[in-house]
Amino acid sequence: MGKWTRRAFITTGVLGGGALLVGVGLRMGNRNEELAPLVAGRGEQLVNAWVKIGQDNAVVAIIPQCEMGQGAQTALAQMLADELDARWEDVSFMEAPAEDAYANWSMAKGYALAGVNIPPILEGSVNGLLFQATKAMHLQTTGGSLSVRSTGVYGMRVAGAAAREMLLAAAADAWQVDSAELDARQGRIAHRASNREAPFAEFAAAAGRLSPNAAPTLKRPEDFKLMGRSKPRLDIPAKVDGSLVFAIDATVNGMKHAAIKAAPVFGARVAAMEDKAARQMAGVVDVVNLDDAVAVVADNYWLAEQALKSVRVTWSETDNDDRSSEGIFKQFAADMERDRAGGTSTEDLARGDAQAVIGNADNVIRRSYRVPWLAHTCMEPMNALARVTASGCEVWTGSQNPLGFKHAVAEALELEPERVAIHQHMMGGGFGRRSRPDVAIQAARLARATNLPVKLIWSREEDVRHDFYRPAVLSEFRAVLDERGNPLAWENQFVDKHEPVEAPHIPYDVPNQYVHFTDSPTHVPFGAWRSVDHSQHGFFTESFIDELAYEAGRDPYEYRRDLLAHLPRHRAVLDKAAQAAGWDQPLGEGRGRGISLQQSFGTIVAEVVEVTVADGDLTVDRVVVAVDAGFAVSPDGLKAQMESGVIYGLTAALYGEISIENGAVKQGNFHDYGALRMDRAPVIETHIINSMEHWGGAGEPGTPGSAPALANAIYAASGIRIRELPISRYELVPNRA
Amino acid sequence: MIELIVNDQVVRMDVPPDMPLLWVLRDHLELTGTKFGCGIAQCGACTVHLDGSAIRACVTPVGSVAGRRITTIEGLSRGDALTPLQQAWIAHQVPQCGYCQSGQIMSATALLAQNPNPGDDEIRTAMAGNICRCGMYGRIHKAIRAVADGAVAIWDPAAQGDAREVQHG
Repeated sequence: MGKWTRRAFITTGVLGGGALLVGVGLRMGNRNEELAPLVAGRGEQLVNAWVKIGQDNAVVAIIPQCEMGQGAQTALAQMLADELDARWEDVSFMEAPAEDAYANWSMAKGYALAGVNIPPILEGSVNGLLFQATKAMHLQTTGGSLSVRSTGVYGMRVAGAAAREMLLAAAADAWQVDSAELDARQGRIAHRASNREAPFAEFAAAAGRLSPNAAPTLKRPEDFKLMGRSKPRLDIPAKVDGSLVFAIDATVNGMKHAAIKAAPVFGARVAAMEDKAARQMAGVVDVVNLDDAVAVVADNYWLAEQALKSVRVTWSETDNDDRSSEGIFKQFAADMERDRAGGTSTEDLARGDAQAVIGNADNVIRRSYRVPWLAHTCMEPMNALARVTASGCEVWTGSQNPLGFKHAVAEALELEPERVAIHQHMMGGGFGRRSRPDVAIQAARLARATNLPVKLIWSREEDVRHDFYRPAVLSEFRAVLDERGNPLAWENQFVDKHEPVEAPHIPYDVPNQYVHFTDSPTHVPFGAWRSVDHSQHGFFTESFIDELAYEAGRDPYEYRRDLLAHLPRHRAVLDKAAQAAGWDQPLGEGRGRGISLQQSFGTIVAEVVEVTVADGDLTVDRVVVAVDAGFAVSPDGLKAQMESGVIYGLTAALYGEISIENGAVKQGNFHDYGALRMDRAPVIETHIINSMEHWGGAGEPGTPGSAPALANAIYAASGIRIRELPISRYELVPNRA
Repeated sequence: MIELIVNDQVVRMDVPPDMPLLWVLRDHLELTGTKFGCGIAQCGACTVHLDGSAIRACVTPVGSVAGRRITTIEGLSRGDALTPLQQAWIAHQVPQCGYCQSGQIMSATALLAQNPNPGDDEIRTAMAGNICRCGMYGRIHKAIRAVADGAVAIWDPAAQGDAREVQHG
């Protein structure tokens, strides 16, 4: 199968971009005959790929993004319904099925063609070409904070507006009038001159036979009726009474339960297994050797867990058995030094001649920062239920890429993809973790091995020890200030480069910049962790600019502000956060404020954190967030995402550390991989700026700025400069789970 | 045979007495609103009521609560009527992923039953056993505060930023 990576897609997108301009004639056309059997029930008419209308005028938005708590599905339904001019009370949503026909090309379009204006005449070609590319990559991913800014902007709005045009055309035909004389409003179409009026449903069937316009006229912001309004999330009522069925709650007849233990050292295998005691326990169905893991299948989960404890496994030796965190950080330092000496690092960004300026300067400011690996610890432990029959395989799970899972399971079981069905569930957290199909594949293999439906649930210890981790990173800086104290040269070298490519780049006006990186691979699996590379580089760059401000004897907010004359949006966001936080109001003894600024996923966020450091204890009192996402489709949803992103970032900054001992992860549960809890959570205030510039994402941009703003606040309060995370390593924070 | 009173119903089951209540509820009684999160009483996702007090079902052997009254999230509301706390959860748009919320609501319900008008610090302390990885602590706090203050819980878009905040940067 074609393995999807963000970088690979950019490449494909560029190729596509080159080809489409010569007019590859792939148009979307009317696909309803192909799609309707996948999504439309009795009495429902598919108008175009993303919207169906029932006889009762119920509008269902078909959403190709998953729900893991971020509220995307409601926001996307709002976008479609607004362009359609539906009545909100009539609107619900369903998640697009994990079928190739529902590959999410509109998300890919936003990502690959960000900021590219496509002439309307080429829209159909672009869409068709991207659809083929995304279908080939089984792309239905939810990540990259792309839901609103790509799927919403390029998919849901267009689909809603196109469906509206189709309904109007069908009504014009039925009433034999010019469609320009018709109005669509609140789910009904009206003909002004004759006073005729009818619900959408009356024209849905005829509209569904038309071909959608790939570039319909979209509403201007002043005409928005639903976008820009906080609507209650459609998924919330089922989340307050225990009725929402997560994948971990799914059941099928005859289902057995499985517990699993994977090789502690990544890459190790089962060398020998002693399972007699487990097999003798009443209710144990089977003990299965999955080569890199051992699982017990039993009548209930607790029994499976108990039996698993009695299985003795000898794991194979690997080259990584003696690896440790400190050894790996030494490797990073040595590899970086080797690259620096040999000039063999990879250039990431070069402007002016930073190395020459630094080489000729007497007073070079040098700093080094590091962050550890991080696990995601979604509240819902990893799980999947699978059933394998002669006709194929079904998997009940929560996935950030259901279509990708379908193909991954098919490949693992050597089945044709059309014989694998994914029953997608809302996720108890995702944060990037649920983009990986490892658990779904394990469940499918257990179901096949036992010939029974099997629900596999990972223990929390498995979850912490077999994640795909935010990498540990070492980052070193050198800078030279000019006579006014502004940075004249900025050099940054770090290990491990992933996505987004711009994550290490600063917005500040520094004439000489050199950013470069060293590849220093480890055996610890890499994964996208909420905000990906921004999570570490936000901490590094926003800590170092803060240090430069203090070196220059300047206020850290004013210092940043002065370096942003060329970026008025950034400056406005920074100003908003500082003003709202009362930056110029002095705080008492032992208290301090820190500020950060970070653009990520198309959204600019500034954060001001207030702390108290007293009696060896740290209290995070307050966080003020200013955010410019271009336009807030759901203001309360954007605020909720900022609150969530801040807490996620603070948790990692304060407590988050996965360490490696003897090749394996040391931590195992919330007692040693702690989370911020309500008793120590700050008050968070969010201020939204609608600049009406390009729309940005919401799920991730709140996370990167909280660690540096916190570290900068600790410095302001105590003079202790945090250069290594988590902060619990320092004396000022009591070690607590 | 172990007997329990779960959500006002007497249930009898043939399960080992050392089996945690959590798995009895989920696998035997199919009450899946109570969640597994950590298995060691660190996250609070499995919180239920034992005779009205919050306990962690994942570390409670079912034999130790034989004959006692257990209430789960499914037994909180009467029929379709949500409790004031559940309504406040909607009004304040508390849940994101929602996975921890059964436990959060069970802890908050027990708190208000024992202390109908807790101070802010009492709320923070009482709720510290429940982790929310989506970080909705501020909203949880506000929802509890609203019920303690007797505020009517109705979704009010205006209070949630429905008014557009437009400022050209």
